[in-house]
Amino acid sequence: MLHERVPSLGKYVEPDRVRREVYTDPAIFDLEMERIHERFWIYCGHESQVPKAGDYYAVQIGRQPMLMVRANDGRVNVLYNRCPHRGNMMCGDRSGNAGDFFRCSYHAWTFHHDGRLRSIPMQESGYAGTRWGKDNPDCSMKRAARVENYRGFVFASLAPDGPTLAEFLGESRVAFDDMCDRAPEGEVEIVPNCFRVIQRSNWKIFLENQLDALHPSVTHQSTGRAAHEVEKIIAAKAKKGEAPLSYHMLSAFATVTIDKWDGFQTLNYPNGHCVLTGYMGLRPQDPDTLAYDKIMIEAYGRKRFEEIIGVNIHHVLIYPGLSVQSPLQQLRAVRPLGVDRTLTEIWHFRLKGAPEAIYRRSLAYYNLVNSPSTLVNADDLENFWKCHQGLASDGGDWVSFGRHMGRDLERDGRVETAPNCGTSEAPMRNQMKAWAQYMTAER
Amino acid sequence: MAKTARRSRAKPAARRRATGRARAPNGRDTQHAVEQFLYRQAELLDEKRWDEYVDLFTDDGMYWMPPEPSHATWEGMPAIFAEDKNLMTVRMKRVLHPDAWSQRPLWGTNHVVGNVVVERELPNGDVCVRSRFHMMELRRDDVRHFAGAYTHHLTRTRDGFRIKLQRVDMTNAQAAYDYVLQVWV
Repeated sequence: MLHERVPSLGKYVEPDRVRREVYTDPAIFDLEMERIHERFWIYCGHESQVPKAGDYYAVQIGRQPMLMVRANDGRVNVLYNRCPHRGNMMCGDRSGNAGDFFRCSYHAWTFHHDGRLRSIPMQESGYAGTRWGKDNPDCSMKRAARVENYRGFVFASLAPDGPTLAEFLGESRVAFDDMCDRAPEGEVEIVPNCFRVIQRSNWKIFLENQLDALHPSVTHQSTGRAAHEVEKIIAAKAKKGEAPLSYHMLSAFATVTIDKWDGFQTLNYPNGHCVLTGYMGLRPQDPDTLAYDKIMIEAYGRKRFEEIIGVNIHHVLIYPGLSVQSPLQQLRAVRPLGVDRTLTEIWHFRLKGAPEAIYRRSLAYYNLVNSPSTLVNADDLENFWKCHQGLASDGGDWVSFGRHMGRDLERDGRVETAPNCGTSEAPMRNQMKAWAQYMTAER
Repeated sequence: MAKTARRSRAKPAARRRATGRARAPNGRDTQHAVEQFLYRQAELLDEKRWDEYVDLFTDDGMYWMPPEPSHATWEGMPAIFAEDKNLMTVRMKRVLHPDAWSQRPLWGTNHVVGNVVVERELPNGDVCVRSRFHMMELRRDDVRHFAGAYTHHLTRTRDGFRIKLQRVDMTNAQAAYDYVLQVWV
């Protein structure tokens, strides 16, 4: 049944609309996992999550439970979390240290950090004359077909061939360049805390919301107004007449009105990746920022510093599984759990060599916007659930992405939204275009 | 019991003054007063009396829910909640706003607070108290359970106890959240 649909799947996507089954059909979900998530580059984690040999982190790639593990030689490997003997999951925790080698809790087969078989109990007495031993690759933990690292961010692909990570990311690698370049030492390190939030909706609904510049002033107006009221009260009381920047981060959801959002721009790239420019480009002139600027100029020189700090990005979406807010050093990894359930893993990073105050500023955003007590995403999640409920109904067959359709500017393989079309649904059109290509591609 | 409840509802200020008097360290009266305070705080949450809830905190009070028990401070640390009174006011105003969409569906909570241990009482009357809570939440047709430990640093005022710090160590703090937490637990 599944593959009977395949020839017609392309018909599910038109330039400005998409069939609702794309979000709700479990068979299409399975095919997505096979043809997108378990084939292309999926973010596993940052190498600083596993600093010491034996450190591991469990990560889901498509439907596959994987382990990201640091080996004795310093390399980061990605393995299927499965003992080749009887299929036992190797590590039951979300993270930990395996010691010098993995040891299965069922029959004590042991494996090196790169998955190679190390020992089988009773190898001599129990397996003499059989095909089970070190020479048989089926006795090792299976590795992800390909693992690559871009500036500390580890990705894996479960398909042996296809584009390299650099080719796949293309221009969207600016997410990591922007984040790392903002560090005086050119690197970031993980803040060891992962907020995990489940939404009851298809994974694509989350991604489509990320660069939807129209929704904040509608969805988040309650938070924006509330923060703006308190911001004014604090400012009136404060000597210098300013509330902490964290209030501005929230109040902008209301003070930046719908028409102003059109002033931003989205840049849409091949493979479904998109960038939303603007908004966070603001550069405060407080003492903390000036101290940071000074350190950055010492590290890079003024010319390079101006280039780095002038990168005007609010959000980068790396299809199909990553939403990065590089100026705030945070990202959300999207892990589809089922056709109507999606887990987001939310991480924050520290700019190496930057003053503590700069870290705390972005931490405030992490806590207020991206924690499980979020003042912002609570209303998004409500929308996502309602969206999925509506799409599951027979009340209509299509989802439309027509805002500012026909006004996009195409150049050098990328689609830019025209001036004053920042709320264009171009990012959704771009994501669905990539989706259709992935889903209908011959292997 | 019923009579007490009726009387205290009629004259909350008088009751608060009565419970706020200084007592012998770890005495039965402190135990009783602290328990009454914790129960009343939980009641304010369950009855969605947000402004009264926020008023239970001192002007420099903090509501803090660390993501894991090893955290000793919220300063510079990831936190599920780390809210002073201003941020608590933002949260309150948000949920009261007519366009707080996530507030539209029917939802309610039921807190049970127990295992109340007066950890220490200072000469100035400040009290550190530990307790356990269990909260059941209903949102639409979905039930969630949250449970854990409260640590309250309370100070005595003319109006009764006020919270300088409420630390909430939730047993399921690290578990994936099916939806999020909209108000304080």
